[in-house]
Amino acid sequence: MNVIVTDNGFESDTWSNIFLTLDKLLLINPKSTNKFSLDVPNTTDPKELAPLFARISLIRIAFLNSTDGRGFTLASHLRLLGYKGRLRAQGHVLADQYTMARRCGYDEIEISIELADRQPEKQWLSRSDWKSNCYINQLKQLA
Amino acid sequence: MYSYTEFDNNFNQNRVDQFRSQVTRRIDGSLTEDEFKPLRLMNGLYLQLHAYMLRVAIPYGTLNSQKMYQLAIIADKYDRGYGHFTTRQNIQYNWPKLKDVPDILQDLANVEMHAVQTSGNCIRNVTADHFAGASTDEIEDPRPTAELIRQWSTDHPEFSFLGRKFKIAITGSPNDRAVTKAHDIGLRMVRNNKNEPGYEVIIGGGLGRTPMIGKVLRSFLPRKDILPYLESVMQIYNMLGRRDNKYKARIKITVHEHGINKICDLVEERFIIQRSSFGGFDQKLLIKLEKAFAAPIYINEPIDSYNKSYQSDPLFRSFVDTNLSEHKNLNYSIVSISLKKHGQTPGDATSQQMRMMANLAKKYGHDELRISHEQNVILPHVHKSNLYKVFNELKSVELATANIGLISDIIACPGMDYCALATARSIPIAQQIAMRFNQLKLENDIGEIKIKISGCINACGHHHIGHIGILGLDRAGVENYQITLGGNSTQNTVIGKSLGPGFSYTEIIPAIEKIIYTYLDIRSSNDETFLETFNRVGLTPFKKIVYTPSEIINKSTATFANNNNESFASQEIK
Ligand code: SF4
Repeated sequence: MNVIVTDNGFESDTWSNIFLTLDKLLLINPKSTNKFSLDVPNTTDPKELAPLFARISLIRIAFLNSTDGRGFTLASHLRLLGYKGRLRAQGHVLADQYTMARRCGYDEIEISIELADRQPEKQWLSRSDWKSNCYINQLKQLA
Repeated sequence: MYSYTEFDNNFNQNRVDQFRSQVTRRIDGSLTEDEFKPLRLMNGLYLQLHAYMLRVAIPYGTLNSQKMYQLAIIADKYDRGYGHFTTRQNIQYNWPKLKDVPDILQDLANVEMHAVQTSGNCIRNVTADHFAGASTDEIEDPRPTAELIRQWSTDHPEFSFLGRKFKIAITGSPNDRAVTKAHDIGLRMVRNNKNEPGYEVIIGGGLGRTPMIGKVLRSFLPRKDILPYLESVMQIYNMLGRRDNKYKARIKITVHEHGINKICDLVEERFIIQRSSFGGFDQKLLIKLEKAFAAPIYINEPIDSYNKSYQSDPLFRSFVDTNLSEHKNLNYSIVSISLKKHGQTPGDATSQQMRMMANLAKKYGHDELRISHEQNVILPHVHKSNLYKVFNELKSVELATANIGLISDIIACPGMDYCALATARSIPIAQQIAMRFNQLKLENDIGEIKIKISGCINACGHHHIGHIGILGLDRAGVENYQITLGGNSTQNTVIGKSLGPGFSYTEIIPAIEKIIYTYLDIRSSNDETFLETFNRVGLTPFKKIVYTPSEIINKSTATFANNNNESFASQEIK
């Protein structure tokens, strides 16, 4: 079972919904009023997801490698296009990247037990104050 | 000049504290070198050939006396009494100890400095025209925009893990001294036909193993749109740039592979939504920044004494003629201080020299200094009545070399003497060229020429855009130097053309000498510069002479080169 990291530290994953790929989601009758959870690679075009936002309650974006920052831009683009649901980064994210992930619009990070062992909760908590010392938030304020 | 807000100071202090804890964890073993590496790189700490190297940011090359003074103190306290100014307008310390680095960062933070974003695959420190705010030819001072970009790019959450490093340069003058066409993004401040201020945005320039000249992405971007537009470019690059091969990861390759038109369409599309993410605070800040960079309050003194000294002291006259540039205030001058005394390492300054430059800036220069990408230091605002005093004080610490823009004013990267990536030495080549032409007393006769030397294909020494470019490679364990001619780093950026087969360490100086003699021989008049001659005649005459063995020249210069080697070798031992 993977570990979920939020501003409060480590939690177990309580999300019970099944994750679908985009292809699968598109096969489901658009009239269905159910909400779905979507698994996407970090190369996804957010514009393809935009028409589906109302039907999605969680988007999980894969981080295959912590040095690959595409997942950050993807998240902030989704938020800018108006996605209000839950946004989760999953995979190889480092504790030092927690602030960046939160600032780009992620709600939570899903990491493996092995990674949680190597980077214990304390390291993540030390980065949980993501709102302060942020240049970009300051610059994007209203005048 | 801009001074830090409480917000800036808190940010900076927080980074120092974080790094101190990381270093403690590294020293007690709870972080491995592999885990520590990306963390130290986020704070400008590299592992070089012999030791750690700390690269300290000097954003857009601007600093005051207090900062320069602190750089001198750091050089004495934690290093070997000197620092090296780079082509990125930064300063590097070559011998810091890991345990001292948190203290160095603290000392820097105390004077509003840092080493953030001087390495790693992020947006690096923005660079700018070193004559900004002083030159006669500028439309506008680029530094308020540069400071805005510094703040925007600092720790930007989306762009700290790009495919590759990313460099932005800005100029406010049509005469480009910031090499904007060889940067990932180059910005040129322009006016549209309604005389409204804005920027020409150039992308995809860069040197390295695939040199490319930047292309215009937007010929006029209104001033208020700068940050959302830059953000859009970065997003497109972050998503589209290649990540499978680090040699193809820079934006120049993205532009090359997808074409400028497609990139332009993508950026413009993104820009429409990106604009809505800014709420106007950025533009209010820009207005404040413009005030912070307002021109100094000029003094008004007679300049007769200056004219007198100019007539009476030939050394001063030569300094004035060579190292001064026109200031927008007629009674002022821009003073370029050469860090290229013949035989010295280009860009190195001792702590004593740094202190002197700080003092001069404070006493005579409205407390301002600049670092140029040409590895010199600039006093941008010196009233003419003070020039002679400045000159004499500079002379007392060997900083009055009158060679700005001449053949010994060479850009050279650290090369094999320091850099772990180097394939050849570059510093000794620069030293020998400078010594040789000084000995021949030909420097002033040759006039304006830019020689640029890199110790490997990464091209930190900008060799592609030197009038004469020298690239040091490794051919089966032996240093081999390739020459390019006709490169140009100004608004008319040109990548130099390869002369032909390379030269060994002992052959390279004689080869340069032949090139120069050829130029002196064939120039149409004494006023025709090296570059003008080259543009008129091309490679052929140079090729013919350089590759024709000439026993006489070879013999005398080879002896010279050998003698020189010995003296440099013995210098290194002590
Ligand atoms: S050009 Fe090569 S040798 Fe010179 S500093 Fe850059 S990486 Fe090092």
